[in-house]
Amino acid sequence: MSNYSEILFRPVFKENPIALQMLGICSALAVTSKLYPTLIMCVALTVTVSLSNFFISMIRNITPSNIRIIVQMTIISSLVILVDQALKAYDYETSKTLSVFVGLIITNCIVMGRAEAFAMQNPPGVSFLDGFGNGLGYSVILIILGTIRELFGTGTILEYEIFPLVQNGGWYVPNNFFLLPPVSFILIGLIIWALRAWQKDQIEEPEFRMSHNSPEIVPNPPPTPSSKVAS
Amino acid sequence: MIENYLNIFINAIFIENLALSVFLGMCTFIAISKKIEAAIGLGIAVIVVLAITVPINNLIYNYILRDGALAWAGLSDVDLSFVGLISYIGVIAACVQILEMFLDKYVPVLYNALGIFLPLITVNCAILGASLFMVEKDLYFGESIAYGLGAGVGWALAITILAGIREKLKYSDMPEGLQGLGSTFIIVGLMSFGFMSFGGIIL
Repeated sequence: MSNYSEILFRPVFKENPIALQMLGICSALAVTSKLYPTLIMCVALTVTVSLSNFFISMIRNITPSNIRIIVQMTIISSLVILVDQALKAYDYETSKTLSVFVGLIITNCIVMGRAEAFAMQNPPGVSFLDGFGNGLGYSVILIILGTIRELFGTGTILEYEIFPLVQNGGWYVPNNFFLLPPVSFILIGLIIWALRAWQKDQIEEPEFRMSHNSPEIVPNPPPTPSSKVAS
Repeated sequence: MIENYLNIFINAIFIENLALSVFLGMCTFIAISKKIEAAIGLGIAVIVVLAITVPINNLIYNYILRDGALAWAGLSDVDLSFVGLISYIGVIAACVQILEMFLDKYVPVLYNALGIFLPLITVNCAILGASLFMVEKDLYFGESIAYGLGAGVGWALAITILAGIREKLKYSDMPEGLQGLGSTFIIVGLMSFGFMSFGGIIL
């Protein structure tokens, strides 16, 4: 049982697909200026990655390894077409906002990456959980981004006013800076910093270190004759 | 006529830069920008693949998939646009495979230079994204060539700049948690702000 919860929750903080493995970043940036489309995107991705892991794992023993990429691609793109059509049918407005990004789930590296790294070696049930966990890991980062950007950009969350706006007699002047797409890069950078301050083992070793040449910052200065005299 | 093509080309490079304005192909953009040689190699591969796949997908969309496109086959009320995604990705995978075999046989120098980047390109969202944007913009065949080429050049330009900055940056003394990925994200954010200044250009 603990094994299952390990598979499910490991990708959320310990091996977050966006913050550590650098997967699936593309869509994380462009769709997060409002929380509602962000939530839809998270649901779409989680459904796709769980189901694609499930189906790819089901046929893993009969897939010849030299054509496996094409087989995986076919399964993933069929699932994405289903998601895309469902979204167009039930929530046309949001599907317009997300524009090409629903289609781009096909090439979202999380989906391909999990299919290759996990679903090809494990039975369907576990693969489904792994996909779901990775979907959650992706969703956590996206929801944090979406919340921050909508809250500071427009003073609302899910269109519900949190900070009373100036034009409605309140005090908050909306900061349009947060609605610009590049901000999500900077926010992800800061989230990674925060995550690594907490999970120390994720810190990357630098290729070069500053050598401390100047005498003032030598950590343990050798004892000088004068200090000997003083002691 | 030429003006129109030039307009689309410049627009795709600077104003709607795939990497820095619509954020496509980010995974490879960040993963393979540590060394400037590798970045240039990948950039060239992306230019070649985009310049080939976008026009092909344009033909497929205009003559097979779009609403009423099958009129030449006598099926004027068939709308196949919902299978678009799977056909574009199929075309891209096939093109990359053919290009790889072609380069291996006839231009081995380029093949060795590109190395593993070619197969990786199939799952680069910039390639599929450009085809989807081409459909959304409703371009003609000629325009789609200009768009594919411009989008590729823009992406290559962006990854080369980022690699140049990162090569310098590895000598700097940063807080521990920001090393590597964290700082790269922030730099890409700042670069993207820089590219936003092209947004006001009207050609």
